[in-house]
Amino acid sequence: MLATISRRGVLTGTAALLGSTALPRRARAAAPGGRLIVAADSEPRQLNPAIVASNGVFFITSKVIEPLAEASYGPGGLRPLLATGWEGSEDGHSVTFTLREGVLWHDGTPFSSADVAFSAMEVWKPLQNIGRALFANLEAVETPDALTAIFRFSQPMPLQLIANALPVVSSVLPKHLYEGTDIATNPTNAAPIGTGPFRWGAHRPGEYYLLRGNDSYWDKGLPLLDEIVYRVLPDRAAAASSLEAGEVHLAAFSAVPLSDLDRIARVPGLEVVTKGYEALTYQLTIEINHRTEALSKLKVRQAIAHAIDRDFVLKTIFLGYAEAATGPVPANDPTFYTPDVATYPFDIATARALLDEAGYPEGPDGTRLRLRLLPAPYFSETRQFGDYLRQALAAIGIDARIEPHDAAGHIRAVYTDHAFDLAIAPTVFRADPAISTTILLRSGMPPGVPFSNQGGYADAGIDAVIDEALVTLDPAARVALYRKLQRLVAADLPIINVADWSFTSVVSDRVTGIATNPRWVVSNWADTGLSQ
Amino acid sequence: MPRLARIVLARLAGSLPVLLIVLVGVFLLLDRAGGDAVDAYLLSMGGGDAQMAAALRTEYGLDGPAWKRLAFTLGQYARGDLGWSLALNRPIGALIAERLPNTLWLMGSATALSFLLGSGLGVLAGRRPGSLPDRLLSGGSLMLYSIPSFWLGLVLAIVFAVQLRWLPVSGIETIASGKTGLARAADIARHLVLPVAALGMIYLALFLRIMRAGMAEAWNEDYTLAARARGLSDWRITLSHAARNALLPLVTMLGLQSAAMLGGSVVIESVFAIPGFGRLAQEAVAGRDAPLLLAVILTSALMVVIANLLVDLAYGWLDPRVGAGGRRSRG
Repeated sequence: MLATISRRGVLTGTAALLGSTALPRRARAAAPGGRLIVAADSEPRQLNPAIVASNGVFFITSKVIEPLAEASYGPGGLRPLLATGWEGSEDGHSVTFTLREGVLWHDGTPFSSADVAFSAMEVWKPLQNIGRALFANLEAVETPDALTAIFRFSQPMPLQLIANALPVVSSVLPKHLYEGTDIATNPTNAAPIGTGPFRWGAHRPGEYYLLRGNDSYWDKGLPLLDEIVYRVLPDRAAAASSLEAGEVHLAAFSAVPLSDLDRIARVPGLEVVTKGYEALTYQLTIEINHRTEALSKLKVRQAIAHAIDRDFVLKTIFLGYAEAATGPVPANDPTFYTPDVATYPFDIATARALLDEAGYPEGPDGTRLRLRLLPAPYFSETRQFGDYLRQALAAIGIDARIEPHDAAGHIRAVYTDHAFDLAIAPTVFRADPAISTTILLRSGMPPGVPFSNQGGYADAGIDAVIDEALVTLDPAARVALYRKLQRLVAADLPIINVADWSFTSVVSDRVTGIATNPRWVVSNWADTGLSQ
Repeated sequence: MPRLARIVLARLAGSLPVLLIVLVGVFLLLDRAGGDAVDAYLLSMGGGDAQMAAALRTEYGLDGPAWKRLAFTLGQYARGDLGWSLALNRPIGALIAERLPNTLWLMGSATALSFLLGSGLGVLAGRRPGSLPDRLLSGGSLMLYSIPSFWLGLVLAIVFAVQLRWLPVSGIETIASGKTGLARAADIARHLVLPVAALGMIYLALFLRIMRAGMAEAWNEDYTLAARARGLSDWRITLSHAARNALLPLVTMLGLQSAAMLGGSVVIESVFAIPGFGRLAQEAVAGRDAPLLLAVILTSALMVVIANLLVDLAYGWLDPRVGAGGRRSRG
């Protein structure tokens, strides 16, 4: 039993995270046309990816509304979409985008630099959840001609950061439909109009979304599909049985639970794919409330890190579909990751000794410390790891009492009220540490900002590295700074990174052109097809 | 005013305080829970900043004291407006109008199935207590009753949709099929077969057992002996004498079960991905959408009140000694 688990763990875990090994698949030819039916586990409140940059929104709208560039497995990690080139000035104060010629909006209006300027200044900078921070220093976007957009920044802006952020933050909206309206409530948000390979079709709430192939798409001959239907299947068992019954071709974002993957992979005509998520890596992270006296002591945090048997976590909770984390950058990011950091091997004796040294001797009942433990309820892995951590900490004399909340209650308790000692979070790494990683470590985060440093951790050294990296233009120097940051985090443990994991897809073997880039599920699917 | 209409109106008016208590209770419970619709929205967005959260709270009307928001909600209801859903960003009235019919179809068909089949089999089992058909039916029904409905749903889906592929596994109709009229009705009926079977089977057992007990009892009553003495045929006695009387507790159960059936429908809707009322409630809870959840609970409470009213009227019809108004009809 153990042998099979660990073997699969090694095989698929490596494939999942390095993204270099495709599962063996038989050669297939896509026939043009066809209706691809996809399982969707939720219905976003609104469908404007320029305002809400999130996987749930991208999953549907990335086929309709395109960003300036998409992630790619190729050199540079980017593939041009609406922009064909981007160049930074020497002083880092401007970035010039060259835009694609002959692109039409779905209503027939030509796409131009005015749309990009409008989207950047009126949407990404003031309204977008991620863009608000990234474009804070964006002063103006100049449009000397219809195919050139020059972004002017008040502070030096690293081109590497802008480029890495493009797939996530740069969805372009049609200026002629949004200008002069309340962008947040514009009806186009519910029936998006973009430049992408698919046009908006229909939405029957609770049932499906329908997208139709765009026959005047700028990339001639694409898309291959006639239609994409997203069936709303919030129940995981319903998603799995719909796949098995052949009613659904693709279930992404781990819609099929890990425990069912082994069985479903043996169903003829279905395969489990772990590729195509490299740029959407999640990390299983222990958030620490540094306001709690015991947790403000490094030795206590080190003891907690030593108490975790990562091997057990990877095999039992993730069933091999994950890798051990060494810090806030996942190992599958070839640019920024460094393994050269302090590590905390599973060692109960050391953990107990550290607690003794920190001044928390065993009490008469064997307990040294009592803590509140809040596992995020929105992933089964975070809930399961909460149960595991409670046991692991009990072994070193820490009594961690689990306080369960529903999703909204958890967000409120941890990120607004700070009513926790330890919290288990599924933090996200989005291609560049400046986008979503440093917010977990930078001091001075006001309460009420979800997925940020709400533990009140403050370290001048770490803050200095984060701030310097933000204005460092030279890519090599930036990388060096973020590697230094990983070393500092591993040494001082403001948070404890336990595992890197990502999603899985279950796909019918009729579907072609899958996992062709590291954000495949949230990319435009122009080259995705169905064989007969 | 005709007597029936008077009774119906009086009963509905009498249920208003109950609905109000339910409303205020749910509102206060939701208010006591940590987190709100903005927290749930920020989660779905993957983040956001504090100013944005504050602005959203003002926009959604979540920043005032609880009593003020409750008063606002009650005022809206008084004007016949159910409000705006925060989680789904659509008018609540339209959402309920879309989802309720699916659930009524599901519940109505399942209730009819379990009631008709359950009472019919109950008659068969109760006619000869202890006989082989009785033991088979009673044993079988106990087994059915002990199965959780979601599990039964999954098993039916795996056998009839996944393995045999006779029936669709999920949804209420074929997506964007363009079917209309009878073809569409047939399509919806095909989609309803498995969920109705899963939901109905569980309650079938309950009705069967009550009918069987009622029949067994009626069999020894004086009126059946009298009927037999008059030389009436066995089947005539079974159907028009024993069964009619044994039906009374069944009808009572029907009213009580309507609330439980609504709960069971939540589970079945999620297993078979039917966009019904139960799933709407689930979405309201997940999105911490208090106005939507209130409206859903209020509508459910009203449905239970109506179901019980119908049961009482049926009771009066089956047994004229019991008036629907709770008084003797021949006073």
